[in-house]
Amino acid sequence: MSRRTFRKIKNGTLLSLSLLATLTGLVCLGAILWTLVANGFATMSPHLFTAMTPPPGSAGGLANALYGSAIMTVLGILIGSPIGLLAGTYLSEYGRGSRLSTAVRFINDVLLSAPSIIIGLFVYELIVMRMGHFSALAGALSLAILAIPVTLRTTEDMLNLVPVGMKDSSAALGAYPWRTTVSVLYPAARSGIVTGLLLAVARISGETAPLLFTALNNQFWSTNLNAPMANLPVVIFQFALSPYKDWQNLAWAGALIITMSILILSISARVILAMLQTERGAGR
Amino acid sequence: MAIIDPRHAAKQLIYERLFRAATLTAAMLVLLILGGVAISLARGAWPALTHFGFAFVTREVWNPVTDQFGALAAIYGTVVTSVIAMALAVPTGFGIALFLTELCPPGLKRPIGVAVELLAAVPSIIFGIWGLFVLAPLLQRHVQPWLIEHLGDVPGVGALFKGPPYGIGIFTAGLVLAIMVLPFIAATMRDVFDTVPPMLKESGYGLGATTWEVIWNVVVPHSRVGIVGGVMLGLGRALGETMAVTFVIGNAHRISSSLLAPGTTISSSIANEFTEAVGDLYTSSLIALGLLLFIITFTVIAAAQWMLRRLERRVTA
Repeated sequence: MSRRTFRKIKNGTLLSLSLLATLTGLVCLGAILWTLVANGFATMSPHLFTAMTPPPGSAGGLANALYGSAIMTVLGILIGSPIGLLAGTYLSEYGRGSRLSTAVRFINDVLLSAPSIIIGLFVYELIVMRMGHFSALAGALSLAILAIPVTLRTTEDMLNLVPVGMKDSSAALGAYPWRTTVSVLYPAARSGIVTGLLLAVARISGETAPLLFTALNNQFWSTNLNAPMANLPVVIFQFALSPYKDWQNLAWAGALIITMSILILSISARVILAMLQTERGAGR
Repeated sequence: MAIIDPRHAAKQLIYERLFRAATLTAAMLVLLILGGVAISLARGAWPALTHFGFAFVTREVWNPVTDQFGALAAIYGTVVTSVIAMALAVPTGFGIALFLTELCPPGLKRPIGVAVELLAAVPSIIFGIWGLFVLAPLLQRHVQPWLIEHLGDVPGVGALFKGPPYGIGIFTAGLVLAIMVLPFIAATMRDVFDTVPPMLKESGYGLGATTWEVIWNVVVPHSRVGIVGGVMLGLGRALGETMAVTFVIGNAHRISSSLLAPGTTISSSIANEFTEAVGDLYTSSLIALGLLLFIITFTVIAAAQWMLRRLERRVTA
């Protein structure tokens, strides 16, 4: 075999393997989505959204878990995203190039990929132990800690994209930096910041590990933030591992709801970003 | 009228100081959170660490009844599942990144890239439930019997594939982890490959190199730091991943020579046992596991960030 043929065969083989790798990845995504739809769709009914999680062996829904998840996600975003937004503003506007911002940026990136179960343990030590009981508030706080790095990162990136000329014009009119930030930069970076929020919601709404030791679970409808509260991820965890068929079906339905919401959120975030880019491209 | 009202100016200055202080506080809070995590874990782990000493990380025993706890089985499970995951996910992720940057028709580049990124957005509990109900039975019926029959008697590696096909266990957990970290590795590698200047690649092609030769001799050396950073970022995820593993690992605190046997990892032990732990020493031992995980993942992720940053500086320079 000539050296030329050998090189060609080697090239062909390795490139085919890379195609195979891509197909494997796509097949995995397809298989997971297919299983979710096949198993979850059967249990989908209006009942799911109105009935409480049942005791073993009887039919029920996920109303309390959906409510709990919604409450804790919203609270988590309400607490976490302003902190991320302000910290991102500091990095982009006030602390550029300072040692503190370098440190904050680094630590933030570490927090972004730190295991969420550790955040759960932290909030357990910080709040649950002191108060002596599990609570929805502790759950929301652990979700907030997970939301901070996501919003911080996108806020900083998006503020950095705002053209310097806009900032300069505002300063030339005599505006203080805070006024420039609030009245010029935030509106200019609005869609980017919204994308960050959507990504943060997508990130925290499927988190299970930190809720296990903070919000725990609750079989009943509870609106008390100072008590354990049902939530979708923990319900899925407990029901899926149970031996009861009804519970397992509910777990599948819950899994389908969570995945679909998160995929819709992520796709909308991407669409907004894509629209932003074409807008920018057209403007130039 | 260009006269500035002094009262207005003074007010603006106060707002400015307040806003600046608020952003600074928020930025400091990020540092405080990490510090708080470290301190609270160390404090919670203290009773167990002083009681068992260094033996905590070298002993395999985990017995809540006799209050004897050692982390070795959990550390072993964490490391082995992550190694399996990386062994499978790194070549596959490399292939996907390569396909997306060098081979893919331009029209498909974005949709496939987005599909891979969406796989990264799927929460880990979904991988867990899928692993338990779909993957584990499939492995138990078709893959593991084959492995046991064909590899079980091979000297050397045979011990890794002995025993009954449980379905759940170290091997299955590694496989689920591989699928989970695959999109992270593929997406990071793709971004890194995209930073290679087209001029360099074209020079390679100009010399008559094949696509693979350009990739192996131009793209890979140029982006080596980024590739390692991406791999370590994936490793950080794999080491700390909780829910996906908890479903399929079997939660057995022992070290088996066989990869097909049930085991445990640091994170799945905490997830499984923490709320049921009675007694201070038991709880403290679980928090000590959390501290170990924190130290391990922090080191790996920090190293990964450091490498990716080095690459970024080189690109902008």
